[in-house]
Amino acid sequence: MEIITNSFKRSDLVKVTGRIDSATSSQLAETFNNIQKNGRYKIVFDMAAVDFISSSGLWVLVNAQKTSKRYNRGEIVLACVPARIYSTLDLAGFVPFFRTFDDVTAAVGYF
Amino acid sequence: MASSTFPGRFENLARIDEFVRQGAELAGLNEDDIYSVRIAVEEACSNIIEHAYGGEGKGSIFCTVCPDESGLTITLVDHGLPFDPRCVPPPNLHADLSHRKEGGLGLYFIQKLMDEIHFDSSANSGNQLILIKRKRIS
Repeated sequence: MEIITNSFKRSDLVKVTGRIDSATSSQLAETFNNIQKNGRYKIVFDMAAVDFISSSGLWVLVNAQKTSKRYNRGEIVLACVPARIYSTLDLAGFVPFFRTFDDVTAAVGYF
Repeated sequence: MASSTFPGRFENLARIDEFVRQGAELAGLNEDDIYSVRIAVEEACSNIIEHAYGGEGKGSIFCTVCPDESGLTITLVDHGLPFDPRCVPPPNLHADLSHRKEGGLGLYFIQKLMDEIHFDSSANSGNQLILIKRKRIS
């Protein structure tokens, strides 16, 4: 799994390439934690190159969303969610927790 | 049929995934069903490491994949603590964000994504989980 982050004026972008499973999800959690510890809670998560995500990875997203949304200080939005991953989010009942966008530009523009 | 033994460490989940994906392709499952099988096996193996063995490096996972004309049968065997899936409460899928509590999704995913699951726990042969995905008739 590879993680790339980019900081914009109003939001941060996190892009993951590869699989997010029990072996790698802690790295993603640490990435979100580091961004949020700097007082930045508006985050775009680009999932275009994520080819697999287990429940362990989904919980990282949900826990990071809880942190971002606390005190209405921000939000994590999802961009380019592959269809099979969207189905897994749906199966977990997590779809209502995330705003989704078809492309990264629209997601960054949301903030 | 193919079998392999993997040390019970999270870093081996990708190797198990590749082993199972090859079996699913040989069975002729469609891409959506292959992904479902991969998720189910990932969740099962994570649970074995985390709950049956109580952590990494405590034991191995013996995995057999058996593709045939009807689909794919996967058998996972471990020698950790016995497990009764009936004792795991289902996740509350309708709780709002602040009330969703971590855990419980793995078994739920396995039950939802596979066509059949069979669990057997005995002192001699360890815990055996059989997962079956049938080929869809198109």
